[in-house]
Amino acid sequence: MKFTLNVWRQNGPQDKGRMETYQVDQVSDDMSFLEMIDVLNEQLIGQGINPVVFDHDCREGICGMCSMFINGEAHGPGRGVTTCQLHMREFSDGDTITIEPFRAKAFPVIKDLMVDRSAFDRIIQAGGYVSVNTSGNLPDANATPIEKPDADAAFDAATCIGCGACVATCKNASAMLFTSAKVSQFALLPQGQVEAADRVLNMVKQMDLEGFGNCTNTGACEVECPKGISIENIARMNREFLSASITSK
Amino acid sequence: MARNEAGLKQAIADIRALRERFYKEVKVPGAMNEMNPELDKAGRVADFLELGELMCLDALSREESCGGHFREEYQSEEGEAVRRDDEFAYVAAWEFADQDPGKAKLHKEALVFENVKLITRSYK
Repeated sequence: MKFTLNVWRQNGPQDKGRMETYQVDQVSDDMSFLEMIDVLNEQLIGQGINPVVFDHDCREGICGMCSMFINGEAHGPGRGVTTCQLHMREFSDGDTITIEPFRAKAFPVIKDLMVDRSAFDRIIQAGGYVSVNTSGNLPDANATPIEKPDADAAFDAATCIGCGACVATCKNASAMLFTSAKVSQFALLPQGQVEAADRVLNMVKQMDLEGFGNCTNTGACEVECPKGISIENIARMNREFLSASITSK
Repeated sequence: MARNEAGLKQAIADIRALRERFYKEVKVPGAMNEMNPELDKAGRVADFLELGELMCLDALSREESCGGHFREEYQSEEGEAVRRDDEFAYVAAWEFADQDPGKAKLHKEALVFENVKLITRSYK
């Protein structure tokens, strides 16, 4: 397969950036999108052009690193996949593909297609955890009964890989799908309920400090989310936030 | 996997030749003072070349068969590993010296067993 690639090149956070066009051939339809970029980079190195910098790690859809905006969609065409799980057979031979980094004020470009998503880490640090004393005398986790629908909903929320597709997709660059998934996975479980009020207040506060926008219920985030996180989590976070705001000290 | 003296010496010579070629011919794209993942990769390859040679050196100096390390020279008549606890009951801690893995200095950290007796495990 052959492709024409329009790729965003940006030397650093202060650089203005520009689109560059490259031709890539000898692409197999079994290649993942990242492997296609690997082929491009090998070609560019041979031509004396600096290879395209992009984030990648596990290449099996669980790390959330491959933050690419392909033909106007986070992680490109296809549902429930990250860029590393996107195969070139999803495209037609001879296609022109436009590749950009995730764009959001809170995700500054480091270089080319690589953005700094550490704002997500700071939201987690603000409360995305359960404080458990590890004294060695903990009750067995299975000794606390949890209703099946709650356990399932908590697990579904916990499948968020923090990739940032929701932010890149949202017209407001809102991180509410991410933050609400992280709030929900604990809010639904008795272990998480002890710190629930402080958690939601602190995480939402950090989310706003980072410069993410707010939710206007468009729902594009849940369509583009590679893990299918539901916007029901946003409703839950809003409910948690409201009740915490009323009852907090 | 089985190792022997000749094979390990050959491997060390091959890795040294490869490393020399690497430092002469390596091409790292990018410029100074900018983020450069290609430089990161080149640094890792350099590390692997040093570590690979050191692993061969360590295997060459351990003249016994032990665990995953099987030296063809040290096997029983049935082809089982022969350990030599009198000389090799130590952990090899190699000190990097003179920017050359071939000149690494061996420090022996003795394996002292207070409660168990060293014996040969039999799977039969």
